[in-house]
Amino acid sequence: MTEAGAVAYRLTEEQVLLRDTIRTLAFEQIAPRAAEIDRTGEFPEDIRQLLASQDVLALPYPVEHGGLGADLLTQCLVIEQIARACVTSSLILSVQALASLPLLLGGSEEQKARLFPDLASGKVLAAFALTEPEAGSDAAALRTRAVREGDGYRLSGTKRFITNGSVAGLITVFAVTDPDAPRHKRISCFAVEVPTDGFKVARLEHKLGIRGSPTAELNFDGVLVPEANRIGDEGDGWKLALATLDRSRPGIAAQAVGIAQGALDVAAQYARERKQFGQRIGEFQMVQAMLADMDSRTEAARQLLYKAATEIEAGAADASRWASISKLIAGDTAMAVTTDAVQVLGGYGYTDDYPVERMMRDAKITQLYEGTQQIQRLVIARALLGKPE
Amino acid sequence: MTLRIVVLTKPVPDPAAAAERLGPDGRLDRAASPAVINGNDEYTLEAALKLADAQDAEVTLLSMAPATGVETMRKGLAMGAHRGVLVTDPALAGSDGWSTVQVLAAALRGMEYDLVLAGFDTSDGVGGVVGAGVATLLKLPYLSSAAKIEPDVDAGTVRVRRISPTGFDVLEAPMPALIVGTQLLGEPRYPSLKGIMAARSKEVVTKSLADLELDAAGVGGDAARTKVTDTEKPPARSATQVVRGTPDEGAKAIADLLASRRLI
Repeated sequence: MTEAGAVAYRLTEEQVLLRDTIRTLAFEQIAPRAAEIDRTGEFPEDIRQLLASQDVLALPYPVEHGGLGADLLTQCLVIEQIARACVTSSLILSVQALASLPLLLGGSEEQKARLFPDLASGKVLAAFALTEPEAGSDAAALRTRAVREGDGYRLSGTKRFITNGSVAGLITVFAVTDPDAPRHKRISCFAVEVPTDGFKVARLEHKLGIRGSPTAELNFDGVLVPEANRIGDEGDGWKLALATLDRSRPGIAAQAVGIAQGALDVAAQYARERKQFGQRIGEFQMVQAMLADMDSRTEAARQLLYKAATEIEAGAADASRWASISKLIAGDTAMAVTTDAVQVLGGYGYTDDYPVERMMRDAKITQLYEGTQQIQRLVIARALLGKPE
Repeated sequence: MTLRIVVLTKPVPDPAAAAERLGPDGRLDRAASPAVINGNDEYTLEAALKLADAQDAEVTLLSMAPATGVETMRKGLAMGAHRGVLVTDPALAGSDGWSTVQVLAAALRGMEYDLVLAGFDTSDGVGGVVGAGVATLLKLPYLSSAAKIEPDVDAGTVRVRRISPTGFDVLEAPMPALIVGTQLLGEPRYPSLKGIMAARSKEVVTKSLADLELDAAGVGGDAARTKVTDTEKPPARSATQVVRGTPDEGAKAIADLLASRRLI
């Protein structure tokens, strides 16, 4: 698909104002909380309320349902600026958008009108439940069942690694409706409103990074879901999941770019101030070279992300490829730049007196979730070579 | 009845960007410096928006600035102001405080208002005279150093708590009146994202000197009564001393340091 890429972008005056506003908000209100959120591992309810009050959570939803109807690039700009201060906080918007995508892409007008206003206002948080203990990268292998009963379905199964699963009021759950259908026709998607009978948060993971973002294991033990909450037709689940990931992976890339920029900010500031051998360490060429590489890589990842978001928004035929390329490059950039930031700060960077060790721990997740880097390469290679026979 | 408030907002170089550039004449090159709304003006704008939250009020921003002032004004509109008026004219480059006073007063003569709010001073010129000058030219009651603003639309009066060396004075004046605010009016709000999206469709009227029927010879750089003869950069700050330790140890170390310099 080398001929792709016809769509150019340039940030509008409005996007610049929006980005700068979120930057100030994140710098003044979120950054001072980041270390504590990481240390306590508690979900930052205050930040959720702050984001809701500033209409940040309204970004992904259509204007007619209480949202702002923001395009993908605008959402990425916002996620990037929040992640620059605190990745955990940026996940509140990322996951709200991710979990709402099946409804945005395949939901009925009735469902949107009923469910979106509370999501857009931030009154209700959403979670996206695809992954299972035995179905991670191999998402089509999931086992959660949805069996028809009366006017609805009974859901049974276990979902694992569900971000915000313990704080969400609406969970988009993927479950098998026809086990005998071909692999990609077996699955349907449901909007499950919780709490409800048979639903339980089984446990929360203890994680290396994004520690204030609850990652839950969810049990569905015969949870009754009305047919009105099935998203799309029976068997549409796999298609919806893939289309969702095309639009959500750039959000992860935006987190990654934000983390990299945040780490670079700290490293550059430190290099200006820290003195060794009688001069500022930023005057040493070895440190300068590291900082220059960090800046170049971060900017390259950012420009690729903005381009990818623009292509996907424009309906590019190779949207999956753009989504995967942007996440692959940005995730690896975040890991490399945060690791180098710790190096620039030396021993201090390894302590929690400075934020770079947290950023390095947080960066790792961007190489793992919403498809590991290996899965991204698989998607890219398939776009290049075609599906294997 | 609608309370009509005009807030004077000046675009100034962004202090966070630290990218202020001077032209060859020693004056600020405004086109080359990224601009934001003057910090003190944001406090008076916040006061106006709080009044508009609580009652029927319309908030208009008024600036004298280069044409790029529209972009800076957009943030004030995103915070919640209803409309903007920008006086811009190439002949205004290099204006001093007196020019600014004449231009803003002329613009206000063509507007309807109950209150004009001005910030305490601006972070670029730091003259702090424009509010008083405009009030003088327009013969408006002048209420300075306001910590609280309480208009009574039905009575046609406004009450202001003015900070004083001993506490507060309470002043009352008939409207229209001009009030100079302080930071005690309250922290400026962040523009909400809905506000930013809505700002796009808000009206900004641009006026030239001809529109205001002002003679270009009487304002701008040539008419300025002061001239920059020399500029100097502030001396570099000496090395920062970092205090480490527990909060108790840190507090003691800082207190000792301040005491040793006779600052406390």
